[in-house]
Amino acid sequence: MSRLALIALCLLALMSAARAVEPSERLRDPALEARARAISQELRCVVCQNETIDESGADIAHDLRVLLRQRLLAGDTDQQAINYIVARYGQFVLLKPRFEPATYVLWFGPPVLLALAALAIAVNLRRRRNRGEAGPAPLDPAERQRLAKLLAEDG
Amino acid sequence: MARRLLYLLPAALFVVLAGYFAIALTSGRDPSLLPSALIDKPAPDFTLAGFDGKEGLSRSALQGKVAVINFFASWCVPCRSEEPLLMRLAEEEHVPLYGIAYKDKPENARRYLDQLGDPYRGVGLDQSGTTAINFGVYGVPETYLIDKQGHIRFRFVGPLTAEAVERELLPRIRKLEGS
Repeated sequence: MSRLALIALCLLALMSAARAVEPSERLRDPALEARARAISQELRCVVCQNETIDESGADIAHDLRVLLRQRLLAGDTDQQAINYIVARYGQFVLLKPRFEPATYVLWFGPPVLLALAALAIAVNLRRRRNRGEAGPAPLDPAERQRLAKLLAEDG
Repeated sequence: MARRLLYLLPAALFVVLAGYFAIALTSGRDPSLLPSALIDKPAPDFTLAGFDGKEGLSRSALQGKVAVINFFASWCVPCRSEEPLLMRLAEEEHVPLYGIAYKDKPENARRYLDQLGDPYRGVGLDQSGTTAINFGVYGVPETYLIDKQGHIRFRFVGPLTAEAVERELLPRIRKLEGS
């Protein structure tokens, strides 16, 4: 019984890994099909916006997958095929934004913020050290004796 | 004093962020609607067949005219809801509406227009959906405004509403027709 459940579970796991690409869409040439798959995993489905066209079951995703394969069959390079779709649907379909002036804020924003934070911390630490706030005063001999005694008791 | 102001910084940042979210959430703008990549660019070329082998719709036929191209389909429920508005626009406002039937069987599209009324000056059949992809259509209904030079000037996603027509579509058409 538990074995059956296990098999069912494995099958379920496999199901979730299945893609929306239908057998009829696939290209005969495995190299070309692999390129198409790689590209379609980087293109966003415009209807269901957090899915790639590779995963999406939407009609438009199907159309775009077919179109992409047509472009590749027609001899487009990967970049040309991507540009073809971007020209129609905009850069928004790229799940990985391009590196160009319009996206500099996007790419540089996080590292710049990190650098600023690091700078702020460094300045703050240095200022604190210069002001001599070096933590609590050292123990005097009497305190040190008491500490040693307490530690000895413990051991 | 300056130090004390510094402690207010997180609170100030919070207020700025909250204000930004409040504006974005209450503006009524749908973030899933994106501007067309083709705005102010030439409309893609297309030549589509019409009903019964008759002349359909082509880009060259629209050259020199302001045109409102409406992608529709008989199987599309929201298209039905915008149909009365399209009829009113064609009859009362004389809007130059042209229809492209998206992935529709000719007989179904014909019956749809017979039943609900035909607001279009011309209809083309895009059975493969290729023309729609060239326009960057996400799904029907979708409406494009094209100027006399054949450039796409405006795109509306989803069923047109009286408000959107009044505020966004009609003023643009008037302006383009006047120029």
